[in-house]
Amino acid sequence: METTSLLKPKDFATDQDVRWCPGCGDYSILKQVQTVMPELGIPRENIVFISGIGCSSRFPYYMNTFGMHSIHGRAAPIASGLKMMRKDLSVWIITGDGDSLSIGGNHLIHLLRRNLDVNILLFNNEIYGLTKGQFSPTSEVGKNTKSSPWGTVDHPFNPAALALGADASFFARGLDRDTKGLRDILLRAHAHKGTSLVEIYQNCNVFNDGAFAPYSEKSSRQQSSLLLEEGMPLTYGEDTQKEALYIKNMKVFSAPLESISKEDLWIHDSKDPMKAHLLSRLFDPYSEKALPRPFGVFYQEERLVYEEEMDKQLHTAVESKGVGDLDSLLQGKNHWTIS
Amino acid sequence: MNQIIEKATVLFAGDSGDGMQLTGFQFTNTSALHGNDLSTFPDFPAEIRAPIGTVAGVSGFKINFGSVEINTPGGKVDTLVAMNAAAFIKFRADLKPQGIIIANINGFDKRNLRLAGLNETRDLISEAKNSGFQVIEIEITKLTREALKESGLGTKERDRSKNMFTLGLVYWLYNRDIEPSLQFLKDKFKSKPDLLDANIKVLKTGYHFGETIELFSNRFTVNKASLAAGSYRNITGNEATAIGLIAASMQAHLDLYYAGYPITPASDILHELSNRKNYGVRSFQAEDEIAAIGAAIGASFAGSLGVTASSGPGIALKTEALGLAFMLETPLVVINVQRGGPSTGLPTKTEQSDLFQAIYGRNGEAPIPVIAARSPKDCFAVAFEACRIAIEHMTPVILLSDGYIANGSEPWRFPKADQLQEIQPNYPNIEEAYLPYERDAKLVRSWAIPGTAGHEHRLGGLEKEEPTGNVSYEPENHQKMVLTRAAKVDEIANHIPSQEIDSGPESGDVLIVGWGSTYGAIRTAVQNMNKQGISVSHLHIRYLFPFPKDLEKHLLNFKTVIVPELNNGQLVKIIREKFLIDAIPLNKIKGLPFLSAEIEDAVQEQLKG
Repeated sequence: METTSLLKPKDFATDQDVRWCPGCGDYSILKQVQTVMPELGIPRENIVFISGIGCSSRFPYYMNTFGMHSIHGRAAPIASGLKMMRKDLSVWIITGDGDSLSIGGNHLIHLLRRNLDVNILLFNNEIYGLTKGQFSPTSEVGKNTKSSPWGTVDHPFNPAALALGADASFFARGLDRDTKGLRDILLRAHAHKGTSLVEIYQNCNVFNDGAFAPYSEKSSRQQSSLLLEEGMPLTYGEDTQKEALYIKNMKVFSAPLESISKEDLWIHDSKDPMKAHLLSRLFDPYSEKALPRPFGVFYQEERLVYEEEMDKQLHTAVESKGVGDLDSLLQGKNHWTIS
Repeated sequence: MNQIIEKATVLFAGDSGDGMQLTGFQFTNTSALHGNDLSTFPDFPAEIRAPIGTVAGVSGFKINFGSVEINTPGGKVDTLVAMNAAAFIKFRADLKPQGIIIANINGFDKRNLRLAGLNETRDLISEAKNSGFQVIEIEITKLTREALKESGLGTKERDRSKNMFTLGLVYWLYNRDIEPSLQFLKDKFKSKPDLLDANIKVLKTGYHFGETIELFSNRFTVNKASLAAGSYRNITGNEATAIGLIAASMQAHLDLYYAGYPITPASDILHELSNRKNYGVRSFQAEDEIAAIGAAIGASFAGSLGVTASSGPGIALKTEALGLAFMLETPLVVINVQRGGPSTGLPTKTEQSDLFQAIYGRNGEAPIPVIAARSPKDCFAVAFEACRIAIEHMTPVILLSDGYIANGSEPWRFPKADQLQEIQPNYPNIEEAYLPYERDAKLVRSWAIPGTAGHEHRLGGLEKEEPTGNVSYEPENHQKMVLTRAAKVDEIANHIPSQEIDSGPESGDVLIVGWGSTYGAIRTAVQNMNKQGISVSHLHIRYLFPFPKDLEKHLLNFKTVIVPELNNGQLVKIIREKFLIDAIPLNKIKGLPFLSAEIEDAVQEQLKG
């Protein structure tokens, strides 16, 4: 076994040339993942990256671990079968908005409800990049693309609300350019026992450049994004004029920080499912008046982990019936002998 | 008078709710324990509870048992149990002349006639008598109610025991021991003593009724068959498949992972394996067919034996993932328990129409080994063999079964565990660097398992180069890889048993070439014709892709080759294309298996022409 403490980020890089477009947000995510990996203390051979199809799904080729670049939408079931047989492995699913919210949507929701202990990194660029620029299930209404020259009439998915609706036990949102935030989220996703869904806003500078500019550009990000910190009030805006969120009658309001009493402040508690649902609804299209978009860990819950329950049943079966004997299986309950 | 006969065919038929499948299964089990050779065929509606009393709602269970070799569930029926008018209408044409009908006349009243779509004034019993059948009229419903008068059970519960009356009566008619069924009832109703007492009482009442009431002119004895020495059990095809998978996983020292999505007629494999957790079997009911095969591929990547099963429509959904498994070159077994198609087709009826789908049904050049089971017990050997090929040749393998053999049963001389061969996975040397697409003499790559330090590697569905597995779009490389993968699968023909003639002479006038579940009907037909001095032989193909290397030699030894199939001619087209011979199709596409007489007629026709 390798001595993990000696591993460095570059040990997780492969000899393959990275083939994303220059300037793609994927580079930054790859770098963060390679940086975080040595800190997990897991030998490389016990880490597996499984992806589907799309730009992001090239990811496993660039990670010097076990990996599979599979077929469109199916990373979730492949990773599920893998994890059910090998709970000793650290399993990471790499997917995109088309891969797991469109063609693989069914698998995503079922993985979330089952709660296998795997991590999903969903690169959301709100566009189909590999097929050269069609709208995706997260593209905004009216989006003008090659396949929607008159603008889309599709209502987009809200991935956070979708995940919580499917009873995800962990949901977080990150941003490709926010390396520190991403790093924290990756570490917490890994530490979480259960399925961790991490949505990462990823800029496609060729087909959808600037889709997340309000959250990444210096001029607007403080006003439009809300950084979730455990135990801290939900505040945003310029330091000089901080705004804070509060909940009244199950509705969310914003007001200048100093105008809200301490007990009325909304303190972030990722264990609270009701607050998580409200956070997931902070999803207004960006505008000057809109409430900010949250980033960080929305929700985290400890609940039964599928592969562990599956193992328990096997142990119980062995305890009650004994280790299966092939001869008794072959002869069945009723048999007779002819001499 | 007690008459000793060589074999008999009994058909239990009634409404879906009448418990005819259980009755048939009990009669089968008892006959198997008695030492008969036998073959069964359940025939039930797709609806769980089709409208009561209708012809569409009739559920039948046919058993052919004998002291002689039995290969099919029988042709015409000796004894028909008809619990209602609809059952009689549906199956009366299947009776032998002078055959016996045991009619529950409580199920032949005006209401039942109406439900069966008949005029209320019809007198089916007289019609049957006039046609020369021996009709035994019994008020089974009423007698059952009376037998349970003091049981404290309600009418509905009492009526549910009436199949036990029928079973007891048929046990008496064929001189069977009721003890095995008493034992079965004791197990089944362990925690419900009132139902246990009721069922035992009615079973015995039926038996004694036969003894006391002189309705039957004859009683029949079917002696033990002279089966080869050994230990036997009765087994259905789906059970045998499940056991074969477990046995193979144990002989390969791999954990078995089975992922499925409920579909008729494959679900029993999922049920069977879900109940074998103490054998280390992990079964997974997936959200859909695609997830099931995906999870099985993931399990194989994990270093286990991944298996999935379905029927035609589900296999269609799995097709893309099957191509991935082929491209990854990872072990995987995909079972298709075929049913009538296309689309949803005939879910509970049998057909062999997915052969082309199995052999050709993928995008790109993706040859996958295909093997087929020929009878219920053969499913064991074929499931084992599918796993062996998948593991030792690092490839997905398609196993074809069908509804007829999956639900049908026969006695199986089961092997001892130590008689089963070992299966050898092709693991790399953990001391050496790993190249995922380095091949051995059989063109098989080695199987590195996650967790092996230094063997980290990436696989994918994109074209790759040897031996690194790195993605490659080079034109020359693609052609080379397509040809290499095809050659690897062709090479399997060097590692399978040679093709034998099943019965009949090694050369001659007519060769009947079959595959899959037509085995019993063809074998019976050929044996009958050989007895009559007709030169006809039977060859049955288990390995449909790649073919055994000596298949061609046999085909060329006969003047005429006839290929009976339960489809519109699929194997016959492959044989014509591959061997350039004028093979003749014989097709039946009715959702029902061949009768041996149909095959005999076709041969006679051919010999005349």
